[in-house]
Amino acid sequence: MSAATTSPVPATDGASAPGTPTGVELRPAPRRRFRPGKVLLSLLGIAVALAWVFPVYWMLLSAVTPNARLRSTTPTFLPIYFTTSNFESVITDGGFTKALGMSLMITGVTLVCVLVFAFFGALAISRWKFRGRTAFILAVLFIQMLPAEGLFIAQYKMLSTFGETAPMFGLNSVLGISILYTAMLIPFTIWMLRGFVAGVPAELEEAAMVDGLSRTKAFIRITFPLLAPGLVASGVYAFLQAWNEFTTALVVLPAESKQTLPVWLRSFLSASANQGINWAEVMAASTLIAIPVIVFFMIVQGRMTSGLVSGAVKG
Amino acid sequence: MTSPAQAAPQAPAVEIRHRRRPVVPYILLIPSVVALLVGLGYPVYWQVVTSMQEFGLLQQFGAPPTFVGLDNYVRIFTDERLWIVVGRSIVFCLVNAFVTVAVGMGLALLMRAVHGAVRITIQIALLLAWATPMVAAVTVFRWLFDYRTGVVNYLLQNVGVTPPHGGAWLSDPLTFFVVASLVIIWMSVPFVAMSVYAGLTQVSEEMLEAARLDGANGGQILRHILLPLVRPVLAIVLLLQIIWDLRVFAQIRLLQDAGAPVSETNLLGNFIYELGIGQQDFAGAAAVSIFVLLLTVVLSAPYVRSLMKEDAA
Repeated sequence: MSAATTSPVPATDGASAPGTPTGVELRPAPRRRFRPGKVLLSLLGIAVALAWVFPVYWMLLSAVTPNARLRSTTPTFLPIYFTTSNFESVITDGGFTKALGMSLMITGVTLVCVLVFAFFGALAISRWKFRGRTAFILAVLFIQMLPAEGLFIAQYKMLSTFGETAPMFGLNSVLGISILYTAMLIPFTIWMLRGFVAGVPAELEEAAMVDGLSRTKAFIRITFPLLAPGLVASGVYAFLQAWNEFTTALVVLPAESKQTLPVWLRSFLSASANQGINWAEVMAASTLIAIPVIVFFMIVQGRMTSGLVSGAVKG
Repeated sequence: MTSPAQAAPQAPAVEIRHRRRPVVPYILLIPSVVALLVGLGYPVYWQVVTSMQEFGLLQQFGAPPTFVGLDNYVRIFTDERLWIVVGRSIVFCLVNAFVTVAVGMGLALLMRAVHGAVRITIQIALLLAWATPMVAAVTVFRWLFDYRTGVVNYLLQNVGVTPPHGGAWLSDPLTFFVVASLVIIWMSVPFVAMSVYAGLTQVSEEMLEAARLDGANGGQILRHILLPLVRPVLAIVLLLQIIWDLRVFAQIRLLQDAGAPVSETNLLGNFIYELGIGQQDFAGAAAVSIFVLLLTVVLSAPYVRSLMKEDAA
């Protein structure tokens, strides 16, 4: 899985863009003139937007259309045969509920571990200079680039070895795959949180201590609340990664009853292939998996590009 | 919640606190380091060791593995099947990465040129595509390109174009990769377009106004002002795209389920999967995996360097 691995920092407004004069604006901004070229560009823009949104629209439309309609060779482009029965069939399918449970457990365990571990790590590298700090940061940055595709064979063997002595950490176990996900997500999350921790000046804590709070109290009362947005953003990001992950889950959860949602969707599609795929139900299942992701994604998307760009434009 | 419980700080003039012998950061790093060592460190070590061992049938039944040095590498890397897959992966990766960045750049410029409502419409459409989980996206594309009732074949026939292979796109390697590329480009362009667009917004209107007053036309503005400004962003997104497109596995695997010729459509990740999970040749799969990891590390170096620069800034 590869979502954008950029390095988010707390988003800055564009006001500090290089080249902006800081003097007083003496004349009003020029009014936009009407130009026919602009109209053509706008039409092109709308066409692009429609083309890009079409697959998502088609997924939603097919999910609310009876399968019998989808099997006709003339597609319907509007939800005129609206039905929710596809969702009902998917939700009452035992496999979906099982996979949902697995996905929730795995993302839950992963989320807690990643946030706690990465928070400590971010604190260490942004508040202290210590021997090995640069080496650790370098290692973290390289590790976050390592592909699951180059590791899954070893991870499969490792978990199957664990399973011989401790089945709760073996193949088909929630904890086993959660360890792998935690390791996969820690580097990026440390990097992301580091920006937030650095954004809270240590002086604030110092000031609170001058007022008589202990260091621990000052941290909990002053610094931690300021970090909350960063923790939420990183948490959502980690959730999305773990929820969507397919490759590792396919390899280390081979049992049918232990699949996560993405892997289950594949089985669901293959199972219905025998009688001519029930695309309406498959699209309903895809929609159910996609909706939480799309909602959460919209919450954090602003952080996904800002860091990369601010870093790259500086030079 | 543990927190630094230390002696009173020295002059708090800097962000980073200097201590003579800081112990706390090491304690804070323990959980992360342990998780990384178990989840990634040990697997990498296992792969290095296994790639240099005989891992045949005897070992499957518990015989101790024998050290064979680089034999596995020689065996795998003299197999022409591997090089066919490597070549295919590289071509697929470069085509997808360059097309993605070119389209993304075009959309970024388009977003810059259009007015508010249209721009926001484009951004929402891109975000929806970006947010769609990969498995859902590939499944939807399978449906779009379904040979009998897929909407793509229907639309093509309506405008008088005969779809290739009677509409069975996924049955032939070439058209299979066309569909795979469409999925990947559709999913990847939003990230590129948004990143480049964010870079473009750093250009102030005043600067462009000044350039126009000096008589620069659109092409010159693009070449002399906009492009130099977003060149660093373009370089980084292209690099990331190459790294990501080199390891495409899941999209191919999911599209192969539609009945594609597997051996002719495998990329590197699929090759490893089949060698290891399918044929239980763990030594060979480990050798190819090491190759993929090394390639990733080498390619990542410039990106990591740019991140370190940002950290120092």
